[in-house]
Amino acid sequence: MTEERPKDEERDGPVPEDGSAAAATREHDMDATTGERERGARIADETSGTTPQGDTSGQPNEGDAHPGTTGTGQDPEAASGGGAPTALKERDEDWEELTKRYRASEASIDFSTQLGAVATQDEAELLTINMGPHHPATHGVLRLLTTLEGEVVRDVKPIIGYLHTGIEKTAEDKAYWKAIPVVERMDYLAYYFNAQAYCGAVEDLLDLDVPKRAQYLRVIHLELNRIMSHLVWLGTTALDIGAMSILWYAFRERETILDLFEYSSGQRMHTRFIQIGGVADDIPAGWADKLLRFVEEMPRRLDQYEAMLSKNEIFLQRMKDTGAVSAEKLQEWGVTGPLLRAAGVPWDLRKATPYSSYDDFDFKIPVGTTGDNYDRYAVRIGEMRESVKIIHQAIEGLPEGPVMTGDRKVALPPRHELATSMEALIHHFKLVTEGMRVPEGESYYPIEGPRGELGCFVRSDGSSKPARVHMRDPSFINLQAYGDMVRGGYIADMIATLACIDPLLGGIDR
Amino acid sequence: MTQLTEATTVLSAINAYEPWYVQIIKTLIIFVIGFSLVPLALLYERKLLGRFQNRPGPNRVGIYGSLQPMADIGKLLFKEQFKPRGAIGWLFVLSPLIAMVSALATFMLVPFSGAPQDILGTDVGLYGLDSDIGLLLFFALSAIGAYGVLLGGWSSASKYSFLGAMRAAAQLISYEASQALALLGVVMTAGSLSLSEIVDQQGDQGIWFLVPQIVGAFIFFVATLAEINRTPFDLLEADSELVAGFMTEYGGGRFALYYVAEYVHLIMAGAMFSTLFLGGWHIPFWQDAPGFLDPFVVLAKTVVMVSIIIWIRATLPRVRYDQLMSFGWKILLPLATLNALVTAIVLVAF
Repeated sequence: MTEERPKDEERDGPVPEDGSAAAATREHDMDATTGERERGARIADETSGTTPQGDTSGQPNEGDAHPGTTGTGQDPEAASGGGAPTALKERDEDWEELTKRYRASEASIDFSTQLGAVATQDEAELLTINMGPHHPATHGVLRLLTTLEGEVVRDVKPIIGYLHTGIEKTAEDKAYWKAIPVVERMDYLAYYFNAQAYCGAVEDLLDLDVPKRAQYLRVIHLELNRIMSHLVWLGTTALDIGAMSILWYAFRERETILDLFEYSSGQRMHTRFIQIGGVADDIPAGWADKLLRFVEEMPRRLDQYEAMLSKNEIFLQRMKDTGAVSAEKLQEWGVTGPLLRAAGVPWDLRKATPYSSYDDFDFKIPVGTTGDNYDRYAVRIGEMRESVKIIHQAIEGLPEGPVMTGDRKVALPPRHELATSMEALIHHFKLVTEGMRVPEGESYYPIEGPRGELGCFVRSDGSSKPARVHMRDPSFINLQAYGDMVRGGYIADMIATLACIDPLLGGIDR
Repeated sequence: MTQLTEATTVLSAINAYEPWYVQIIKTLIIFVIGFSLVPLALLYERKLLGRFQNRPGPNRVGIYGSLQPMADIGKLLFKEQFKPRGAIGWLFVLSPLIAMVSALATFMLVPFSGAPQDILGTDVGLYGLDSDIGLLLFFALSAIGAYGVLLGGWSSASKYSFLGAMRAAAQLISYEASQALALLGVVMTAGSLSLSEIVDQQGDQGIWFLVPQIVGAFIFFVATLAEINRTPFDLLEADSELVAGFMTEYGGGRFALYYVAEYVHLIMAGAMFSTLFLGGWHIPFWQDAPGFLDPFVVLAKTVVMVSIIIWIRATLPRVRYDQLMSFGWKILLPLATLNALVTAIVLVAF
C-alpha cells in the first residue's frame, strides 16, 4: 500500500478534478461538496512533490543530502499510467473480487474431504476443529486446522501469518545499526540471538574483528538468553500438560536472568546489547558477582524441576513415546536444534562451526535417543546445565580489553573525544545521521539459537541500509515436521508435542 | 396397622419426626451454608495455589483478598448472557442449573453430628436428610450432575464443548463404577448405607474405616477426583486442549453456576471422604466430646481433604484420555472388586 499510494496521486496529477479528488479523499464520503474536492486536489498536489522520497529507500541512497532531487515526474510508472480510472466504486469491486477469491481459497481448506486414504473409518467419523489463533495452548497466534477422529488426530495443518510484523522489510528501511532493535523483536524470546545473527552477518560483510572481551560478553548473554528461553519453554510445556506450578518456578529463575539483563543493558527484554563490532557497554560493577550467584543457584533449581517432573509417573507416561519422528525425517524437513538432537543427531553449530569464541569453552551436547517428547525435555534440561557451565567458564576467564571494535567507521567514538577531536566529531555525526556504509555483498551467518539454527542473511548494496535482511528462523522450519509428529496420536499429545517443538510465532511470521 | 407402622418407620428413617418448620429452617440453613462455602473454597484454593506457586494469590480486593470471590461473582453476574447460534436454547439454559442443583442437593446428606442436638428446646439432627439409603442417594445425585455437564456440552453447538461432553460421558460413567464399588467394603463393614450409621459404626468399632479399608479409601479418593473433574483427571475442561471443555461457550451467570457446582463438588468430596473414612465427627482419643463441636470437626476434616486435593492440583500433570480409561477400567475397577471380595470374605470368616 505504501508504494501504491503516491503513485496514484501522481498519476492523477494531470487528470482534472475528478480522479485526483477521488484518490485524495479516498477515505472520505463520496458525496463530498465541490469545495472539499478542490481542497482534496490541492492536498494531492502538495503531497505529490514530497512523498516519493520514501520510495527510494530500497535503492542506493546517495541523495540524502539533497532531498529535493527525486522529483515528481521521474517515476517511470507514473508517466506511463496516466489517466487510469481510480474511482472509488471500481476499487470497491476490486476488493469484492479479492474478498471473494480469498473466501473461496479459505473454503477450499477442507481436510475432511481429502482424507479418504488417511481415515481408517468412514469420513463421517471425522471432525474438523479449528484450534486457534485464539487458543490457550498454541503459544501465540498459531492456527491449527485439525482433523479428528474421536480423540485421535488424523491430520493437522498449521496456519500462520497472524503475527506478521514485516520486520524483515522494516529492517531494509533502517540504517544498519538502527535495524538491530527491530531484528531483535522477531523471535521475542531469543533477542540476543537475533542480534548476534544479524550483527555477525554485518560484521562478516565489514570484515570486522570483534574484541575478545566483547565475544565473551556475547557468549555470556547468549547463554543466559538460552536458559531464559528454555525456562519459558519448560514452564509453558508443563502448563500445557497440566502441571501448573512449574510455570511459576521457571519464571522465578527467568526473572533473575531478566534482572541481570536489565543490570547490564538497562532493558529486560530486547536489550540491544549486542552491537555491530562488539557490545554496547562493559558490564557494570558487581554484575559478575550477581551472575556467579545465579550460576551457583541454577543447577540446584534444575534439580528441583527434575525432581518434580522427571520422577513423576504421569509426566513420564505423557511424554515418553509421544510425538517421535525419525532423525532422517527430521533432517529432510530441515529441523534443527533440540528437536534434532533429541533424535540422536549431535548437531550443534556452537561445536560444528564455532563463532564468537565458543571453541574456548568446554561443554557437551546433550543428545537423546528416540526423539520423543521426553527426549526433547531431557535435552533442553541438559542444555541449560551446559549453558550454566559455559557461563561459568566465560565469566571466570573474561579477558580484559575493549568491548567495541576500534574501527571508527563502525563504532561511535568515545564521548570525551567529541569535545577535543574534529575527526571524532565528524565520525560521530556521520554514524548517527547516516550510519555505517557496508561494502557490497551477501552474507549468511548461522548461530545455534535456543530453537535451532538461527541464520541471518544480509545483502548489502554498498549503502548505509541493508538491501535485504532475512532470518532463517528455526521455529518456522521446525513447525513443518509437526504434522508428521502428531498424526495418529491423541489431542493431548498433539498439544504436548506442539509445546515441545517450542514454536515462537514472532519468529515464524516475522 | 402394619402399613401405618411401616410408614412411620420410613418417615422416621428420613427424620420426618421433626416438626415441619424445623425441616424447612434446616433446609434453608444447609442451603445457605453450602452456598456460602463455595466462595470460601474458591478463595482458599486460590490462596493455597498461590502459596504453592511462590506468589501471594489474590490480595487486592478486601483484606488479604477476602472479597475476591465476591468480586468475581459480581463480575460474572453482570456479564452478557451469551448463547451461541445453533445452541439448543432451553437445554443450554437448563444444564448449568441441573449441575448446580444436583451438586447442592448432595450437601444435605452430610451428617454433621451424631445424636440430635438440643437447639432452643427442640431436638434437631444436624443433617438435611439422614436416609437409610444415603450413599445411594449420593450416587444418584452425582449421576444427575453428570447430565448437567453432558447436556451443557452437547447443547452448546460448539466442537470444543462437544469433545468435552464426550469425555465427560466416558469419564464420569467409568469412574462412577469404581467409586461405588470401592465403597462396598465400607458398607459391608458398617452394615448400613446410612451415612450417620457409617460414622457411628466408626465410633463404635473404635477405628476409622481408613485403616481397615485403606485400599477402598484410595480407590474412592482417586475415583472421586475423576468424578469431580479435578487434576489429574480434569480432562472435561482440559484448558490447554479443549479451551474449557464442556463450558467453553458459557459465560456470565451460567458459567458461575457451573463454577458453583464444581466447588460444591470439591467440598462434597472432602466431606464424603471424612464421613466415610475419617470418622466424621469423631475426635480421636476423645470419645465424649461435647456435641456442639461435631460440625466443626467435620468441617475441619473436610478442609484437610480439600487441601490435599488442591495440593494435588498444584503438583500433578493431567493424564491422557486413553490413560484415564485404561487406569479406570484396568486398575481401579478390578482393584475395587477385589477389595469388596476380600472384605466380604474377611467379614464372613472372622
